[in-house]
Amino acid sequence: MSTFRIGTGAGFSSDRLDPAVDLVERGELDAVVLECLGERTVAFAHRDRMADPARGYNSLLDRRMRALLPACRKAGTVMITNMGAANPSGAAERTLVLARELGLKGLKVACIEGDDVSALVPANQPFMDEPGTLADIDTPVVGMNAYLGADAILPALGAGADVIIGGRLADPSMFLAAIAHRFGWDAMDTARMGAGTLVGHLLECGMQVTGGYFADPGIKDVANLAQCGYPIAEVQSDGSAIITKLADTGGCVSTQTVKEQLLYEVHDPARYLTPDVTADFSRVDVQAAGDNRVKVSNAGGTKRPDTLKVTVGFDGGFQGEAGVSYAGPAAQERGRLAGEIVRDRLARVLGNKSDLRVDLIGVSSLFATAGVRAADAQDVRLHVTLRSRAKEDAELMLWEVESLLCCGPAGGGGYRGSIVPCVMTKSVLIARERVKPTLRVLVA
Amino acid sequence: MISPRRNARRIVRDIAHARAGDKGNTSNVNVWAYDAADFALLKRTLTPERINQAFPDLIRGKVDRYVLEHLHGLNFVLHDALEGGVNASLNLDSHGKSWSYLLLGLELDGAGEKS
Repeated sequence: MSTFRIGTGAGFSSDRLDPAVDLVERGELDAVVLECLGERTVAFAHRDRMADPARGYNSLLDRRMRALLPACRKAGTVMITNMGAANPSGAAERTLVLARELGLKGLKVACIEGDDVSALVPANQPFMDEPGTLADIDTPVVGMNAYLGADAILPALGAGADVIIGGRLADPSMFLAAIAHRFGWDAMDTARMGAGTLVGHLLECGMQVTGGYFADPGIKDVANLAQCGYPIAEVQSDGSAIITKLADTGGCVSTQTVKEQLLYEVHDPARYLTPDVTADFSRVDVQAAGDNRVKVSNAGGTKRPDTLKVTVGFDGGFQGEAGVSYAGPAAQERGRLAGEIVRDRLARVLGNKSDLRVDLIGVSSLFATAGVRAADAQDVRLHVTLRSRAKEDAELMLWEVESLLCCGPAGGGGYRGSIVPCVMTKSVLIARERVKPTLRVLVA
Repeated sequence: MISPRRNARRIVRDIAHARAGDKGNTSNVNVWAYDAADFALLKRTLTPERINQAFPDLIRGKVDRYVLEHLHGLNFVLHDALEGGVNASLNLDSHGKSWSYLLLGLELDGAGEKS
């Protein structure tokens, strides 16, 4: 009874929904976290909001809320999510409408804002991890969001909210806040902040700790990955936890899956910076504790940073991608010739100066820059990527690749081409006292 | 945990598993020995120098290595190794998620040649 049960209902913006419903219905959870925001997603959300002020939150919000809110109410599970993206207020108000439609009278929806710091960051703020300042960006900035920590979420839990919606709430902080609230941990208790951050870190990518992103057939086999279950943490008041999943779901929880996630996107394991703590994962114990159960303990921490990280998104023009395939004898040679033709045409005949990359999928693409090539392949695809501020440049590239169908090497087929708008991001820091999170509670 | 390839040169994947992540233009790859008995060989094989020499055009910055002795794991931080980072790279895999298999493809205890 002193165990706090918390699970993940989404580990990224496009994560699966049906296992989340299963988890809430059967998991007896105190809290479920839907982590739906990355550096790219928040920037794209700002663009959506510019186009339509009512949008800018996660496009799956309606579907997720309709499926999960009734289950959460029935189970007494609090939902915490950053699906608000660039428009937490719009997301909260939409959730209120949905709650009323679903007949969930009295449901308390908390909206956390204040992560949008575009009015607070100086125009010449230096970049966090590279030379230069914001003044060097010569295209329109679309948004600036500070990573908010557990201290921004705790007041909503204190207000008894059933659903807590924010924008750039830091991934592990959503888990830490719920755990710290339950056990009454002090924000200055760095060891416990580190322990709760570890639980959040292990759970924030959803199935990446329950067998997702792990399978390597023959060496690391995972059962029933198509029905993989989301993770659950059974957290104790000392901060130790069992990582597990629902019985009768696919996937696996093992010391191997936990270790791979332990250092996912971590640099120095002894100094993992979050808004809440400088977490120390370097001495964490990872022990098998039964069927699909792994115990983690001994995370630590030191003082939290005085600054918060801010993601700055700005217009990145357009990216075009196009390809043609070649198969059979000498497919590699024909594909390579096709690439040479496109390069030559774009540069010499058409005078294009945009960033261009030419890959031969099947021979050398992902690892092309690393210098790794397949020795032999008889089914290859020329893949050309171009980025430019001008959409016309991308259109020109697509036209050139398509023209290979009649003007290129023998036997080419399967042309496809597409153009998408791009957002670029940089990181800067802001003093934490300048960021003032706000709370608004709506009642259905 | 030895793969069934016959007469093949042994590679890191034969003794270890790995996952890659990205932050900006920095990649990190964590690598774990399946068996504690192989950890010494893994450490000997995967030195920062070896990795830097194996992929000089990809890894433009330095390579840091952190050792988690008690978990038989290594964490590599590859600086300036993502062709500008997820939003700038023109690589199909702009996150560099596949970099884990770059390291797993290296030959065990080799002299630094490419896989």
